[in-house]
Amino acid sequence: MSIAEEPKTKLRTVNGAEILVESLIKHGVKFVFAYPGGASMPLHQALRKYRDEIRTILPRHEQGGAFAAQGVARTTGIPGICMSTSGPGATNLVTSIADAKLDSVPLIAITGQVNQAVIGTDAFQETPMVEICRGITKHSYMVTDLKDVARIVKEAFHIATTGRPGPVLIDFPKDVQLDKMVGEPDLDPPMNLPGYRPTPPDIAPERVKQILAAVKRSKKPVLYVGGGCNHPDTAKELLKFAEATKIPVAMTVMGLGAFPGEHEQSLHMLGMHGTVYSNYAVNEADLLLAFGVRFDDRVTGKLEEFAKHGKIIHVDIDPSEIHKNKEAHIPIYGDVLQVLTAINKAMTKDDAPSIEEWTAQVQDWKKQYPLKYSVKGEGIVQQWAVEEIYRQTKDRETFISVGVGQHQMWTAQFYKFNKPRRWLSSSGLGTMGFGLPSAMGVQAAHPNALSIDIDGDGSFQMNIQELATLKCENLPVKMVILNNQHLGMVVQWEDRFMAGKRAHTYLGPIDHPEWLGEGSGAHYEETYPDFVTIAKGYGIEAMRVTTREEFTKAVEKMINHDGPFLLDALCPYQEQVLPMIPSGATVREIITD
Amino acid sequence: MKHVLSALVMNQPGVLAQISGMLATRAFNIDSLAVGTTENPEFSRITFVVGGDDRELDQVRKQLAKLIPVVEVYDFSKQDFVERDLMLLKVSTENGKRSEVRELVDVFRGRIVDVSQTHIMVEISGQEKKIDAFIDVMRPYGILELVRTGRIALLRAQQPQLSETAE
Repeated sequence: MSIAEEPKTKLRTVNGAEILVESLIKHGVKFVFAYPGGASMPLHQALRKYRDEIRTILPRHEQGGAFAAQGVARTTGIPGICMSTSGPGATNLVTSIADAKLDSVPLIAITGQVNQAVIGTDAFQETPMVEICRGITKHSYMVTDLKDVARIVKEAFHIATTGRPGPVLIDFPKDVQLDKMVGEPDLDPPMNLPGYRPTPPDIAPERVKQILAAVKRSKKPVLYVGGGCNHPDTAKELLKFAEATKIPVAMTVMGLGAFPGEHEQSLHMLGMHGTVYSNYAVNEADLLLAFGVRFDDRVTGKLEEFAKHGKIIHVDIDPSEIHKNKEAHIPIYGDVLQVLTAINKAMTKDDAPSIEEWTAQVQDWKKQYPLKYSVKGEGIVQQWAVEEIYRQTKDRETFISVGVGQHQMWTAQFYKFNKPRRWLSSSGLGTMGFGLPSAMGVQAAHPNALSIDIDGDGSFQMNIQELATLKCENLPVKMVILNNQHLGMVVQWEDRFMAGKRAHTYLGPIDHPEWLGEGSGAHYEETYPDFVTIAKGYGIEAMRVTTREEFTKAVEKMINHDGPFLLDALCPYQEQVLPMIPSGATVREIITD
Repeated sequence: MKHVLSALVMNQPGVLAQISGMLATRAFNIDSLAVGTTENPEFSRITFVVGGDDRELDQVRKQLAKLIPVVEVYDFSKQDFVERDLMLLKVSTENGKRSEVRELVDVFRGRIVDVSQTHIMVEISGQEKKIDAFIDVMRPYGILELVRTGRIALLRAQQPQLSETAE
């Protein structure tokens, strides 16, 4: 039978929006965080149509949806998808896109755009998204033709997940969303990316020998590992290499969990608020094995002084990171997983360095300068609270999200991450308000896991509207607010560097003396805002606690509660995150009390 | 130290904006930039003249290569290449200086492309130092206006090595 004789009813008609959603499904997408508006309505109609195959979660602010998508991406490695309408909806995604760029997170942001006929005329809700996002995406697309939709989605997934991962924007004009074709769209068309070669060459055997020789010769080696190692397979190879060589391991904020936090070789975090012993070790090292890191200023402090006694082996999948901030002696453009696997394969017992003196020295420092805090009376202090949460959750499948500030650093210091991809922190961009929505995304992707947002009262309020999403979408996220009524990290800098002058860092009413830093330091009878009442208004169980005894019981109750739960823990604002190496300073200037 | 980089890029809207945006946000020191289509309509070629030390050059090259529409980046610095600038220049020919100016244009192998009672327009191409020298020579006559392109460059054919020709 010739094609012409086929009954016409067999051919279906699909529009651009449907092709996009079908493409998402084809790429294995299970969740979309999407907030509708005029220019994205066809997309939502398509999402409704395919609701049995793809879950659309409605956040209460586009930024919340965009960070929730990161919650998916950061814990699975699969791109998180967020969607908004044009104009303000689209610009509300921008912070999360920039955040994903700095932390190398595979995020795909899909924005509605006004009809092509009116682009450039300052039409209602028109913003030039590709223009705005150029510097903060790995790549950006504007869809101009129905025929390109499936290819662009395929390329977006490829770009977001390969090489150094990163965010991709797809700006999608409404007329293309509505444009129709008859027949089956090709959802797996060829890509057109002649300039994109994300896979680095395998490490040459001579280079492996060179690394092993450098390790063998070293007397004081240190591993400095980051986000590039925070992958289940890479973490395994890293553990193997570290245990075979006995080299101590310091982690960046992004690297926490790449190496077990409780392992005796773990030096925990390095850098500005890292442990004394990790910073001492890196400073004294004669060989720094920098794997999947970028020598960020929060890690290095004064660049010229950082690890200046040692040779540096720098392995990174992004060639532009090598020599960018710090010259490497053995630069390796490569995939850390492949490089570590090759090293482990080539390594024999004889390759292990003789570093007993060094490891003893490092253990000494660990004993001499542990992370510390003191508790007084019955009250809760934040470091203790984090340790208590750790005690009660370490044996479960637990994911921890944080906002930005003191509570973030305390969690990094005191919660020991023993597995990769269990810790979510806006590390490069430092976005307040990251905690709640990212925990929400984690919960969607891992419905049976414990997803906890440890937050500050400042950060929490930046995306507090997502309480509604938790309730309405049945996402049982647990929230612990370490509530000190202040913007604690800024207060800490005011106290250290600005003679304690409060400048808009008190979060209560301005007629309180604390507004200018003159209060007694005690909490008021009524803290502001009343998080418990707010949570209840959203239909979420909540509790306020002020003593350690109450806190311990409340955490237990929270963990076992069926549904979302908010725990408001009143803490002192006078606590400081220590140790601290001031910005641009060296390990010699480390503040420990 | 000046280096010449040449990038083959996909011929798409916004590519030049993306590249110039990246160079600006990373504060790279770019002396000139010239864009044009190539023999293949899918690609354009951009020629950059970059100042700075080797490390800065290395960063510019890698950051360019990282952009998805950039297909290939070539560093011509250590190779044999031909480079050209093009200039149009209007110079006064008042007080009967026209023949004098014309003689100098011939010396520099320029071409007169427009003539009026009071001035002529000259088209001249060549290496930067030749163009600069021509400007100096014209200055006493009174330069009315001038415009220059950025530099363009291409690699020369590989010269056969002596050992290869001996065989």
